[in-house]
Amino acid sequence: MAENVTPRVRVPSSAAAGEVITIKTLISHVMESGQRKDGDGNTIPRSIINTFSCDFNGQNVFSVNIEPAVSANPYFEFDAVVPEAGEFVFTWNDDDGSVYTDTKAIEIA
Amino acid sequence: MNISNLTKGLAIGAALAVLMPLAASADENAELVIDGVTLVTRTAAPDHMNIDEIISGWVYRNDETQMMQMDDFENAGMLAVDAAATDWATVEGEAGESCQSCHGDPSSMEGVRAVMPRYNEAAGDLWSLEEYINDCRTERMGAEALGWNSADMINMTALISLQSRGMPVNVAIDGPAAPYWEQGREMYYTRYGQLELACANCHEDNFGNYIRADHLSQGQTNGFPAYRLKTTSLNSIHNRFRGCIRDTRGETFAIGSPEFTALELYVASRGNGLSVEGPSVRN
Amino acid sequence: MKISRRATLALGGGAALAALLPLPGFADANDDAIAAFTGGAEMADTGLTLITPEIAENGNTVPVEVDAPGAVSVMILATGNPNPGVCTFNFGPLAGSQHAVTRMRLARTQDVVAVAKMADGSFAKASATVKVTIGGCGG
Repeated sequence: MAENVTPRVRVPSSAAAGEVITIKTLISHVMESGQRKDGDGNTIPRSIINTFSCDFNGQNVFSVNIEPAVSANPYFEFDAVVPEAGEFVFTWNDDDGSVYTDTKAIEIA
Repeated sequence: MNISNLTKGLAIGAALAVLMPLAASADENAELVIDGVTLVTRTAAPDHMNIDEIISGWVYRNDETQMMQMDDFENAGMLAVDAAATDWATVEGEAGESCQSCHGDPSSMEGVRAVMPRYNEAAGDLWSLEEYINDCRTERMGAEALGWNSADMINMTALISLQSRGMPVNVAIDGPAAPYWEQGREMYYTRYGQLELACANCHEDNFGNYIRADHLSQGQTNGFPAYRLKTTSLNSIHNRFRGCIRDTRGETFAIGSPEFTALELYVASRGNGLSVEGPSVRN
Repeated sequence: MKISRRATLALGGGAALAALLPLPGFADANDDAIAAFTGGAEMADTGLTLITPEIAENGNTVPVEVDAPGAVSVMILATGNPNPGVCTFNFGPLAGSQHAVTRMRLARTQDVVAVAKMADGSFAKASATVKVTIGGCGG
């Protein structure tokens, strides 16, 4: 598990049925690109979060296939339509096999 | 379509592009508003200075960077604040205490960052925020000191800085702080390194101009710790001083050294009146 | 838009011919990435908006935004990087729009290219030049 990986997600607490909301996500991760060399000249191996996905009540909202050119502390902003009350599930998959998740419930106003 | 006019227009456009300043996207009149609070990024300079107006480093960054700081979610420096908030409540050391045990919520730190560095009577010395933190840890928590430039320390300074956000920087330069302030002022105007550059050469004589592709700021510290886009991590004040002196191709003072703490006091005093912004977003 | 049968055959024939041509001495990674995504299909130059700063504050963290109404996915390439792939956004059934934002690393001044795959199987492309500077003491 990469060190100190903390997800942060911003989702409104409520929305009207059918409303489109903007979701912002951030996760602390070094996103080692595999391009850098250490002090001895050896290449530091790639170790990044390679996919991110957001699902709502079991249906997919948005996902990203991520390459090393995405900056460290990857940030994603996207829109979701909220058909009913429920829970957003956010998943980040790390090259090293770790999976980080966060969830946010939303009510219908 | 009239080809000859088009060609002429293109030629004039190309010539103008060469003459225009490099980054037209930095808006020097923009206001920094975070969560409805307007921060002071420009104000009258304190009396002891040679210039009339002091300006926060935020003003010199381009639009996208400025916007990142205006949203606490987009400001990746806030990840550090989250991490430190967890540390704050975590028991550490032989005394079985956490920061929370004695200080309560982080909000009790309101006003602390705004007056740092500050002379500590008991120790008879000028202390930076980092030294106050470590003193609590070693003397009252029975825990190990944090490395000045360690992630844990920088994160904690970010959490504490946030509690003073919006308050004016207000370091004392008189009384017992005076000799340190004098020392710091002398350093600020001393040329260092192979390139023989003093802080003042860039940050007092040339702020607003470009040094190669960098838009020079006044070198204020009100925004520290700063989330640097270049390193995608927070940068401490002493680390930035070290980087600057290293860039003059000089032997640098050590992070945490008395010289840098004195310089920190002087540089902070040049920002008295600007709002504490920490953690800020910079290039 | 009416395309004559002759034009369709010509388009198809052209694509088939291109597929038969020998690969150049070393393949261009950008072209490869685009070809893998589009299967060689034509790309329209409207329907996809790509927003990047004109000059990056720092090449290590460059904001990038795409908007392609009707898209199923949008791929972003940094054509001047050692490896062009940046990321591919995929919009699911509950996506509220086909708008997404992220931050990328650019090794130097270059063209950033975005390719959108639409729900109807067509493709669109947009590109923007981003200047990346290294300089001064900020480094």
